[in-house]
Amino acid sequence: MSEQIQAKRELVTPGHYGCPGCGATVAMQQTLSVLGEDTIVVMTAGCWSSLIGIYPYTCITVPVVSVAFGATASVAAGIKAGLTIQGNDHTTVLAFAGDGGTFDIGFQPLSGVVERNDDILFICYDNEAYMNTGIQRSSATPAGGWTTTTPDSARKSQRKKNMVEIMAAHRIPYTATASIGAPADLKEKLEKAKNIKGSRFIHLFASCPTGWRHATELSIEVARQAVKSRVFPLYEVFNGDTWQISSMPEKESVDGYLKHQGRFKKMSVEERAQLQKQVDSDWQRLIDRCQALKAAG
Amino acid sequence: MKKVMMGTEAATMAAKLARVQVVSAYPITPQTVIVESLADIIGRGELKAKYMPVESEHTAMASCMGASMAGARTFTATSSQGLAYMHEMLHFTAGERVPVVMVNCNRALAAPWNLYCDHTDSLSQRDTGWIQYYCADAQDVLDAILIAYAVAEQALLPVMINLDAFYLTHTSELLDVPDQETVDLFLPPYKALSKLDVDDPKTFSIVCGADLFSSIKYKHQRDTLAVAGIWDQVAERYNSHFNRLHPTVEAYRIEDADLCIVGIGTAIGAIRQTVDRLREEGLKVGSLRLAMIRPFPLEGLKRATAKAKHVIVIDRDVSYGAEGIVAQEVKAGLFEHRGDVSVTGFVAGIGGNDVTVDTIIPLVRQAISGDGDAVEAGMSLWAEVLP
Repeated sequence: MSEQIQAKRELVTPGHYGCPGCGATVAMQQTLSVLGEDTIVVMTAGCWSSLIGIYPYTCITVPVVSVAFGATASVAAGIKAGLTIQGNDHTTVLAFAGDGGTFDIGFQPLSGVVERNDDILFICYDNEAYMNTGIQRSSATPAGGWTTTTPDSARKSQRKKNMVEIMAAHRIPYTATASIGAPADLKEKLEKAKNIKGSRFIHLFASCPTGWRHATELSIEVARQAVKSRVFPLYEVFNGDTWQISSMPEKESVDGYLKHQGRFKKMSVEERAQLQKQVDSDWQRLIDRCQALKAAG
Repeated sequence: MKKVMMGTEAATMAAKLARVQVVSAYPITPQTVIVESLADIIGRGELKAKYMPVESEHTAMASCMGASMAGARTFTATSSQGLAYMHEMLHFTAGERVPVVMVNCNRALAAPWNLYCDHTDSLSQRDTGWIQYYCADAQDVLDAILIAYAVAEQALLPVMINLDAFYLTHTSELLDVPDQETVDLFLPPYKALSKLDVDDPKTFSIVCGADLFSSIKYKHQRDTLAVAGIWDQVAERYNSHFNRLHPTVEAYRIEDADLCIVGIGTAIGAIRQTVDRLREEGLKVGSLRLAMIRPFPLEGLKRATAKAKHVIVIDRDVSYGAEGIVAQEVKAGLFEHRGDVSVTGFVAGIGGNDVTVDTIIPLVRQAISGDGDAVEAGMSLWAEVLP
């Protein structure tokens, strides 16, 4: 056992530039520990392009390229094409982008890449705002949330974009949600994704104490609470049509999730009730989707 | 083998002869024929390559960059709006120092929409760190693309080969198609010195501090300047195989010329005819075609204009608020060593206006006499302006 551990190269080394309690670093560490050395990482503008280090320092020991903001998926697909034509069909090309680089500026190339079913694994580490530039709203920011561009005077009124439904609508082989607060589930999904050919998309919930205004030691707890409260349910979609819940948490109120986070501090009782209603109906919709399949199957 | 081909077909043939491995492209008039044919050639298995029918030009360039970073020889083609849409990735690809070769079909930029020849699309990308070459005819297209791969892979810089919309893209000419074996001798498979490789992990283009940044950019500048020489060496090697020369500048009847007409692209044909016509009148006229714009062929310009007292530049492009872009380049090039030469810049042939002997001769007369129909606008004189 000890031999095995020694033989394994550390793929994310200590000494990153992330904030204390950074969920995005946990996300990368968990991801690369499963994907292994035969991986090329494509990252983009976002927290990871800063926290990886300043040249010549890096905290990732597999090949990395840091690309233009909207170009994570497209560069990754190009790399895969370049490898394939040279006879390499084994290396995992991992596109690793934040919610801005996925939901917003990277959206069109991502849609193009997965529509063509290019053989890449795209992981969105979602911290629900442009955290690297200092907490600005993205289309992944939840309704009612504070950011510097949705300040208390004008908090975000629109719902979070449902990226998984959009990816599933492309009928790609594998789409899943995962959380840094549920590492065993994430590991299982990464192993599955690693062994599937074609476009794979994992929406990975990664808490951000700096932007969400919670204590640094609560990052994992907050990510867990998101799952428990069903704000961020864990599920998988195969080929765009087979929906499968990964875990069925006992119903807990959203208050447990909201209470640790300063970004939701100004939400009124009515807004909280509205959020609860939305979470309940989204959950029901998800259950219905999964059960409809069971009934049909 | 002799064949009749359009410029677009010559470009397709060159990509095939270069044995490109990844083609990633998005359709746009008048380039579309190139990527359509490549899709079919690859589809039929005549070329072992991966064809990526992407959703935008930004993605076309991004995926070419990725494929090139993985060590593959890559090709794309675009035009006008498509080139503008790639702008961010042009800088990025040059910064990554990967040898992507791209064909750009020079077409006017909107607004208003116009599909015809205009050089503002590529000339406004001259600061992105790419090598830029402007073709004069279809043979030049085929040969320059093959030379471009050899140059790009030696200099580790991307190369843009420019074709005039329709005058070149859609005009059929008789050309000599090299055989594959000789091309393979001239252009062996690409071997990347540094690439994305799990067996030799490296980190590319992460944040670096100001000192290193400026050193990296200095190297980019130094290596780009060296390309003028590299191109001529490679073109000479190409000449030894195929017996055709494609220098960075081409002078015509300039030995005793005190008037030199400068242009780029296909208009050089009409410019040379103009030279012949005016010579018959006894004027000492010559011409200079700048085939390369980046790096700027300063030495070639100096040599060709050594005796000239007056230089006329025909620009099929404009930098609003200044003047024609080639005129600016020529002036900047001459400034250091020639205080005694005057330069007249015309903006002519934009948006598909034909540049013919009949349009150039009055411009030359106006440059000499100061009198004519071209309208002054700042430092440039505009032909073809409606009254």
